[in-house]
Amino acid sequence: MTATAAKKLQPATTPARPAATILTLPVQTRPGTGRLADMARGAGANLLPPLVVLVMLIGLWEVLCSSPTSSLPPPSQVVTDTWELIIHPFYDNGGNDKGMGWQLLASLQRVALGYLLAAVAGIGLGVLVGQSSLAMRGLDPIFQVLRTVPPLAWLPLSLAAFRDGEPSAIFVIFITAIWPIIINTAVGIRNIPSDYRNVARVLRLNGFEYFAKIMLPAAAPYIFTGLRIGIGLSWLAIVAAEMLIGGVGIGFFIWDAWNSSLISDIILALIYVGIVGFVLDRIVAFIGNRVTRGTAAS
Amino acid sequence: MANHYLSIEGIGKTFTRDRAATEVLRDVTLGVEKGEYISIIGHSGCGKSTLLNIVAGLTPSTVGAVLLDGKAVDEPGPDRAVVFQNHSLLPWLTVYENVALAVDKVFGATKSAAERAEWTKYNLDLVHMGHARDKRPSEISGGMKQRVGIARALSMEPKVLLLDEPFGALDALTRAHLQDQVMQIHATLGNTVLMITHDVDEAVLLSDRIVMMTNGPAARIGEVLDVPLERPRNRIALASDRTYLRSREAVLKFLYERHRFVEAAE
Repeated sequence: MTATAAKKLQPATTPARPAATILTLPVQTRPGTGRLADMARGAGANLLPPLVVLVMLIGLWEVLCSSPTSSLPPPSQVVTDTWELIIHPFYDNGGNDKGMGWQLLASLQRVALGYLLAAVAGIGLGVLVGQSSLAMRGLDPIFQVLRTVPPLAWLPLSLAAFRDGEPSAIFVIFITAIWPIIINTAVGIRNIPSDYRNVARVLRLNGFEYFAKIMLPAAAPYIFTGLRIGIGLSWLAIVAAEMLIGGVGIGFFIWDAWNSSLISDIILALIYVGIVGFVLDRIVAFIGNRVTRGTAAS
Repeated sequence: MANHYLSIEGIGKTFTRDRAATEVLRDVTLGVEKGEYISIIGHSGCGKSTLLNIVAGLTPSTVGAVLLDGKAVDEPGPDRAVVFQNHSLLPWLTVYENVALAVDKVFGATKSAAERAEWTKYNLDLVHMGHARDKRPSEISGGMKQRVGIARALSMEPKVLLLDEPFGALDALTRAHLQDQVMQIHATLGNTVLMITHDVDEAVLLSDRIVMMTNGPAARIGEVLDVPLERPRNRIALASDRTYLRSREAVLKFLYERHRFVEAAE
């Protein structure tokens, strides 16, 4: 590269060359061989402690609940009680009598719809509030009040408005997830360094180019923080909402199990809810890490 | 008066905040010829960065006008590319993409995609950064970032290149190296350059003329010094050159005898 440049430019001074070599950073050339071993070691270090704790907790639970007078079943009892549910996640006997896989998918479908609407509307409103101080003065106080309303408090109102459980549940997800997305997006937009704005102004980027090339990438770390909080809240809200609206879904499955006194089913469902919530959070975090790789580094 | 390539005419700037007005610049008039390298030097707070931002169109002036190539400047544009003090590269883009963003925007209509790619590469090679084209700004040193910033500005083919203390944040050795590169580029391309600096040696080494600002508030141009040194200039040969030393002395006298920096004048 230096050679090509030197042809075009007659160097007036020679120190250009050695100085350039000194400046070159030896960046991240990981040896390919040690990588797998590293990963295995890392996985061991990360997985072993939680596994040990988990085994200890299950042991404690087994001991505490093994007496015949115990009101909750021990883990061994839970597994034998729910074995049919565990090995047949996708059975379908019609009505609400469906496998855990279907119940979870029904809940995930509602969350997906409500959350996607919240993401689009939340980023849009966040950009508006972050960009225009007039919009911020007008909307921010209202947002601050509305966001403190508990998710389930919206359910009766949305049932009254939609006259149907399905859109009401989706609305509850939407209204739960939207506030952290709006607020974090707005903060991200407001924190864009003025240097980036100046670069855009010198280049005369138009509104759309500025939005796509400067604003979104610059605010992406904040936006993804909001999206991550939003997905967690959505999953929290759906279980509660489904308990009230009924139908297929993990929330109503839990309520139904309680009404039939199937405590083991409830425990199995809670474990599934926890795992799905964890996976959802990790998916959003993973996408966020990939998208904001460069931005967060500086 | 209006027949200069770049003319700054009677510029004044007053910032108003909470009904308190601060006059930063008063009646600044300067003519710059095509291909000239002008340095603006002064103590901190003298409004030299404000002046550069007014020429760039980033800050509107309160009174006066800036004319570039016969046209009034009232908004920022790629014909007055700015190299910002802290490089201002977009951290989510690679070195190449940072320059390509400018090239694609400025020449999107006039050059083909292949020509634009070639032009982006040419400008990176010009600052000897072709080898790091796929690195992100966080992976390269401060001096390299500033070189990419210079490449981005050059790639816009500006009529005047505005440098806002471009080497201020760099260590002395990197700074010297970059000054040499800027001199080479200036010799090759013949750009018109307006550079803000607070480094006397840098001003004398690089400039055709040095504009010395008085202290603020209401800073003016105190003196304009011609630097009649032959180009190409060599910093080692100049270290004992009499013209160089005289110019250097003149600037030092202006800054430290006649217009000493008075801290917190108010």
